[in-house]
Amino acid sequence: MDTFLQGFLQAIRLIFARDPALMEIVRLSLGVSGLALLISAILGLPAGIVLGLKDFRGKKLLVALVYTGMGLPPVVVGLTIYILLSRQGPLGGLGWLFTPKAMIVTQTILSLPLIIGFTMTAIAAVPAALSLQLRSLGATQRQIIFTLLYEARAGVLAALIAGFGAIISEVGSVMIVGGNIEHKTRVLTSAIVLETRKGNFAMAIALGVILLSITFSANWLLLHLQGRLDPRQ
Amino acid sequence: MISDPIMRLEDIEHRYRERVVLRVPELNILPGEIFAVVGPSGAGKSTLLRLMNFLEKPTRGRVVYHGRAWTPHTLPIALRRRMTTVFQHPHLLSASVARNVAYGLNVRGMRNGREEIWRALAEVRLTHLAEQPAHTLSGGEAQRVSLARALVLNPELLFLDEPTANLDPGNVRLIEESIRRANETRGATVVLITHNVWQARRLAQRVALLYEGEIIEIASAHDFFSHPRDPRTQAFLSGDLVY
Repeated sequence: MDTFLQGFLQAIRLIFARDPALMEIVRLSLGVSGLALLISAILGLPAGIVLGLKDFRGKKLLVALVYTGMGLPPVVVGLTIYILLSRQGPLGGLGWLFTPKAMIVTQTILSLPLIIGFTMTAIAAVPAALSLQLRSLGATQRQIIFTLLYEARAGVLAALIAGFGAIISEVGSVMIVGGNIEHKTRVLTSAIVLETRKGNFAMAIALGVILLSITFSANWLLLHLQGRLDPRQ
Repeated sequence: MISDPIMRLEDIEHRYRERVVLRVPELNILPGEIFAVVGPSGAGKSTLLRLMNFLEKPTRGRVVYHGRAWTPHTLPIALRRRMTTVFQHPHLLSASVARNVAYGLNVRGMRNGREEIWRALAEVRLTHLAEQPAHTLSGGEAQRVSLARALVLNPELLFLDEPTANLDPGNVRLIEESIRRANETRGATVVLITHNVWQARRLAQRVALLYEGEIIEIASAHDFFSHPRDPRTQAFLSGDLVY
């Protein structure tokens, strides 16, 4: 119990002291996960919309792949990216291994299926007849899509929340492809692992408290936005 | 003098999978009229409406609008925006009543339609609910919003698909008044799909019976109800047509 209390107090001390090492780790964590979320959203929202709206040959297989992707083991993704980016790998020439770029790629792969899957479900839940109604009111195809996205906004925000939650707290893959290098690829989760291994439990708990606070704040912000956008709440 | 039709259906056949659900060799909609299509459930009335509103392409045949045959893909957006449909289910957006009514104006890039929105809401007697979230409305109120959303666009062609099904008499009366006003004051040509023969009688100048995907009889409202020629029309009007 004492360790938890010490960790909690240390977290408060670190935050108020604006510890430079901590700030660097927090910035990198937010930068990597934020950029991965942005890329996933840019790719995943349109893909989710298409899957939610259109019927086409092979859709079932694609949906099954997306659902499988929603449960991808991060270490397996990390390992695959590691092999691809390693010096002997097909993408070794990029020189991305043990850099934030490799971590962003890994986290994008992890959050993309979640964003596609949740967006698809949210869009599919909007009554199909609404599209006909909107077309009959003179909306263009693009305006229809934006309206449907707006109607499904609670689900779309849930997709972003799920995507962010999955990657900000993920450790296995970022350790493999990032290497947990100080000042370069060390993020909150990999720092927690390191501090635990060193037996520095109070520091590990402090970093954990900070990680949870960031996740909570991000989710609170998105939930607040969700509530504001949804007149039923 | 008989005016040129505003819309003409030629040699229409529509199938779902292999089943023919609609076969209309010819149908003219005349400008300025209220044309009612009556018939039992499953007769193909809603399908007919979707073809006329270019929401679906017929398997065969042509839908001619303003002298040219179009499909949902070739119809220019400017022409599409001269017509609209009020469906049986209102399908309102999760926004306020006023924003729902404004939707059609917004997609046309008309941002200053406050007066038109107010006028349309006044016509369906809903100005007092303008800022109310749409999901809090009763079924009748929601359908009146759906009608106001169409009226605000001043459509040349207004399609109504069972607009008063399952509504109470007060809402039915209000909606029928608005339809009549849309036709008389706003100059909309109205195509009304209904299984309610009394409603067709109250509103329409011409009436058609659609049965099992085929138009059995078209006549002026007076002739249709007073002197139906086809035995199936007689049976439908007397309630003896079992379906």
